[in-house]
Amino acid sequence: MVAFIVRRLFGAVGLLLIISAVTFAIFFLVPRAAGVTTDDIAGRFAGKQPDAATLAAIKDRFGLDDPVPVQYGKFIKAIVVGDTYDTGTEKIDCPAPCLGYSFRTNQSVTDQLVDRAPVTFMITAGAAVLWLVAGVSIGILSALRRGTIFDRAAMGVALAGVSLPIFFTGLLSLAFIVHRWEILPAVNYSGPSDNPFNLLLPWICLAFLYAAMYARLTRAGMLETMNEDFIRTARAKGLPEKTVVLKHGLRASLTPIMTVFGLDVGLVLGGAIITEKTFSIPGLGQLALDGVNQSDLPVVLGATMTAALFIVLANLVVDILYGVIDPRVRHN
Amino acid sequence: MARKRQAELVNDTGETAAGRGAPTAFLEVRDLKIHFPTDDGLVKSVDGLSFKLERGSTLGIVGESGSGKSVTSLGILGLHNRGNANVSGEIWLDGTELVGASQNEVRRLRGRKMSMIFQDPLSSMHPFYTVGKQIIEAYRVHNDVSKQVARKHAIDMLGRVGIPKPDQRVDDYPHQFSGGMRQRAMIAMALSCDPELLIADEPTTALDVTVQAQILDLIRDLQQEFNSAIIMITHDLGVVAELSDDILVMYAGRCAEYASVEDAFHRPLHPYTWGLLGSMPRLDRERSERLMPIKGTPPSLINVPEGCAFNPRCAYCDLTGGKSTTERPELLEVEPGHKAACHLSLEKRREIWDSEIRPKL
Repeated sequence: MVAFIVRRLFGAVGLLLIISAVTFAIFFLVPRAAGVTTDDIAGRFAGKQPDAATLAAIKDRFGLDDPVPVQYGKFIKAIVVGDTYDTGTEKIDCPAPCLGYSFRTNQSVTDQLVDRAPVTFMITAGAAVLWLVAGVSIGILSALRRGTIFDRAAMGVALAGVSLPIFFTGLLSLAFIVHRWEILPAVNYSGPSDNPFNLLLPWICLAFLYAAMYARLTRAGMLETMNEDFIRTARAKGLPEKTVVLKHGLRASLTPIMTVFGLDVGLVLGGAIITEKTFSIPGLGQLALDGVNQSDLPVVLGATMTAALFIVLANLVVDILYGVIDPRVRHN
Repeated sequence: MARKRQAELVNDTGETAAGRGAPTAFLEVRDLKIHFPTDDGLVKSVDGLSFKLERGSTLGIVGESGSGKSVTSLGILGLHNRGNANVSGEIWLDGTELVGASQNEVRRLRGRKMSMIFQDPLSSMHPFYTVGKQIIEAYRVHNDVSKQVARKHAIDMLGRVGIPKPDQRVDDYPHQFSGGMRQRAMIAMALSCDPELLIADEPTTALDVTVQAQILDLIRDLQQEFNSAIIMITHDLGVVAELSDDILVMYAGRCAEYASVEDAFHRPLHPYTWGLLGSMPRLDRERSERLMPIKGTPPSLINVPEGCAFNPRCAYCDLTGGKSTTERPELLEVEPGHKAACHLSLEKRREIWDSEIRPKL
């Protein structure tokens, strides 16, 4: 098991390196191939209407005229050991893991990410608990009551949930639940010092989208599992139906649910862009979006890498959990 | 609805009509019908089956796939989904009627008073729980004991069914057992609460021959130890000959012939039983002699043939003057303890068996 985890960790690091290389190439190589000069790139770092001297200084400082592999090497080196940026007037120390420095906001990218991460984490945590509990429970009930009114209604709502985008359900709920009926207070959350229950509405909207999928997934899995021979055995032992369903049925249906759950959590942790934008919550998604809108290349790169990190980590956790859930995986 | 009416009927007759109340036999099945409504029609998997079984004795139920053997056994355990199976008739187990009983009542008898060994031990055990946990669970649901006591009992049971180092194997998962060991573990689980009725549904089909013999020995030994009644469901006549006292031959959801093992093998009185015997490979005969398979395939249980269900495949149905295609034969007791459902006269059947069938077996 330990060897398995170590092997997986090395794999995860390798994967992150590949992702970073591809991301780096997209941001620095592709524009160049498309005719974007290093002056243009430097201009994105510099701010509004820079003069030639500033551009040259930036190019020099960031080594924009170096070959791209050298630049990539520096980028990775900064992540591992940190870096120091010289703005001409002052030296800015950027300790490892340094993902670059944004001259638009005059902040290191890492600081900005660390600042925003707790917000996105809160959104994800609340929504994930909601969608997992709601989705799986509805899925089980639907499977056990297959073909009844409950099943059909639940699956109908689930279809709506999967189909309706957050900016629709989000804006609608803001308009009615917050502004017209004033059932919930306005969504106001900018850090761990705020009351997390201010996030109730984004949680519900995000969970609605995902719970729908989990309900369908759980229902399908349970329908299959409940026809298995070992379920018949469990009943033949005289176990109460509740034990048969939850201990024997659900346990065996858990694997696909857990897989999707891990990936979804990783994805949302990287930034729930639409949710954060809809409810104006300053999380990682907003940061990435702002970075894109302002052509703040280091921020976009940093946010992309962070999102990739979360997804790779989530994958790793799912892989390890396979072994925990399924002894057959553990013994191979 | 049908089930409910039936239950009321049982209560009425149980009090008034002599001989229709609680039976004296340990297990008595009366006119059991298990029908499944489907989009294609009503599947009559079991259609009027009756038999009795005493403690300490073994009944072998034989028949082709789809003859209703497994459906019957699941019916006795009450394992059919009441939403999609119509079960009627009576099943009396030690004075308790099961068809009309509540699901909870039957559940409490399952595993304790009656239990079942399934055919494929790999798919019948939960892949994610250790063998020990599954036995402990079976024991604790009916016995109010601590986990430690139950675990000790599980190790005892595993040892009793011949699993070496049971104190270590108890923590293994089903996939870590070999096929024969898995079936032993399954038997240990089924026997963990000392059931009085044990139903074994093709317990040796998935196993190789040497292991088969061991498992059958084991079941026989355990039966002597617990004095349980056993229903052995199989399509392997060798297994039946080995273990059973009586044989019930099923065809298309009904009993074709019921006899002691002795009678069934030496004086069978139903053409279908002859066919089964003719299809059985024998090691004590010349290899050059061909088997005599039953022609055709088992009938659809939605459109069971008119008259005798076996008539399209029966070589002798012409000898009944057309009765076999129009009238369903009654299951009649032709000799003490020997019943058969056939329109042929008893003399004719004896003559055919002696002159045509037995010499070729």
